[in-house]
Amino acid sequence: MSIILDISKVDMVFPTPKGDFTALKGVDLQIKKGEFISLIGHSGCGKSTVLNIVACLHKATKGGVLLNNKEVTEPGPERAVVFQNHSLLPWLSCYENIELAVKRVFKNEMTPAQMTQWIEHNLNLVHMDHAKDKRPDEISGGMKQRIGIARALAMKPKVLLMDEPFGALDALTRAHMQDSLMEIQQKLNNTVIMITHDVDEAVLLSDRIVMMTNGPAATIGEILDVNLPHPRDRLALAEDPEYNRLRSEVLTFLYEKQRKVEAIATPTKKQKQSDVA
Amino acid sequence: MTATLSKKTVGAQPMSIKALFTAFFTTKAKAIILPSVGIVCFLLFWSLAASSIDTSLGKFPGPSAVATQISNLIDEHNTEREKETAFYIRQEQRNQARMAKDPSYEPKTRAYTGKETFLDQIITSLLTVLSGFLLAAIIAIPLGIAIGLSKNLNMAINPIIQIFKPVSPLAWLPLVTMVVSAVYVSPEPLFAKSFINSLITVTLCSIWPMVINTSFGVASMNQDWVNVSKVLSLPKLVHIQKIVIPASIPAIFTGMRMSLGVAWMVLIAAEMLAQNPGLGKFVWDEFQNGSSQSLSRIMTAVIVIGLIGFMLDRTMLQLQKKLSWDKSSAQR
Repeated sequence: MSIILDISKVDMVFPTPKGDFTALKGVDLQIKKGEFISLIGHSGCGKSTVLNIVACLHKATKGGVLLNNKEVTEPGPERAVVFQNHSLLPWLSCYENIELAVKRVFKNEMTPAQMTQWIEHNLNLVHMDHAKDKRPDEISGGMKQRIGIARALAMKPKVLLMDEPFGALDALTRAHMQDSLMEIQQKLNNTVIMITHDVDEAVLLSDRIVMMTNGPAATIGEILDVNLPHPRDRLALAEDPEYNRLRSEVLTFLYEKQRKVEAIATPTKKQKQSDVA
Repeated sequence: MTATLSKKTVGAQPMSIKALFTAFFTTKAKAIILPSVGIVCFLLFWSLAASSIDTSLGKFPGPSAVATQISNLIDEHNTEREKETAFYIRQEQRNQARMAKDPSYEPKTRAYTGKETFLDQIITSLLTVLSGFLLAAIIAIPLGIAIGLSKNLNMAINPIIQIFKPVSPLAWLPLVTMVVSAVYVSPEPLFAKSFINSLITVTLCSIWPMVINTSFGVASMNQDWVNVSKVLSLPKLVHIQKIVIPASIPAIFTGMRMSLGVAWMVLIAAEMLAQNPGLGKFVWDEFQNGSSQSLSRIMTAVIVIGLIGFMLDRTMLQLQKKLSWDKSSAQR
């Protein structure tokens, strides 16, 4: 399969009052069409920065991102983002939230009737057709994230970017959402980059797991191929030796090779003051 | 057996009264009872305090004096209206009589020049405050959005806002009066100069809370919504229309409510100082009049001014409840 997205030697430096902070150094990754990639790493390692650079919400200091061999410079709906906290517009109903995206992306390609059909198709896809006229604050967290996913899918993105999409959900809802996402992925075969903290989620959903080293100057540490056959079933996989091998590989990377050393002792008064400053 | 029964009823009776009592004090009843208690206490305190204050114009007016004045003022209004109709009827009759005598006579209609009553002054003040406020909103909201969107514009304009925000209306008034009489020259003015003076003074003072709140609302907009707009690559105008304005509606309304309160306070002061028609002029005229009724009439005006201010704020609140998506911001 052809390479659709090429993250090419990306460096990211943030200027801070105390001098430049190198967040990313030489991040290089090629993604094939229809591939599901998970980015995993400790918090603060710059996973979100990678995603934001692909979405062009941040501009890389060095290097760049090629989509179908063309450099991307502006954010755009062909790289739709599912944000961590759903970021639905609270003054619009679920239907209208998706409508805003559909109207923008397909204004020259679809008739109004086709748009309505397409919006409803996407609501069906995430099983949310029953709540289309509800406002975001009237539905649960998991439902909001479903609408967020429907909105992103409705843009027919070339690459779907998901920033810890299920991070804010409870474990049961998260498992449910993962199953839904697998079901959708089975139908649409999108190219996806998903950031996650969750080892099981990464192994269950991905074709490749990209493990990042700790910052500063974080980069890609290892890439793990997941060759488990689709569709995957979380209960059957729990006993699967290959699944468990992959799982322990990721865990070894995170907790042995890239162990995050954090100060356990409570900060002294002096440190606290300097933190505030 | 009867003994036990009666015992039971006796035992049960205090319970049911207590239950009734708690039922009576449900939140809904509280919402009526507690404010009423507050008002009654205030009236008592007021009448007690009033009876012990002596001024050169007699005793300080208590609630009963104000009540009398309210009916007096309404009566005066009705008599004035009757006079006015009588005047127009007389004028019409005179004109017809002259036309009957001399067919070439062109009838002249003169407007009635009677004294404005309390109710007329209320209407004048309300019209002025609403037009001044509306003009302020038309300027302030787009300006606030522009400032909120651009950090550079904010840095450029912020010092000016901070300097003019604390300026009292009374300082503006002489300047406004002079400029209006120099610039607003027309043989048949659509509005009276005094109206324009009051209106501009109100606008100048009520513009700032709206500018500040709107720009704050826009600048502190949830970054996620901005990112959504970026990913959709919405054009600037659509971005403002679909994201920025709805997102900052709660802050805009907060600013509008503050501004309307300021506008109403400013207007009364401006009317007093400039002798522009309105409730402020009514207060000043009564003060200069210095009759035995003056103080109670002024007190009546004070209460009416307060009631109208309260009513204006409630109206804005209702409007906010209707238009804003964020119902929690429209609670108080």
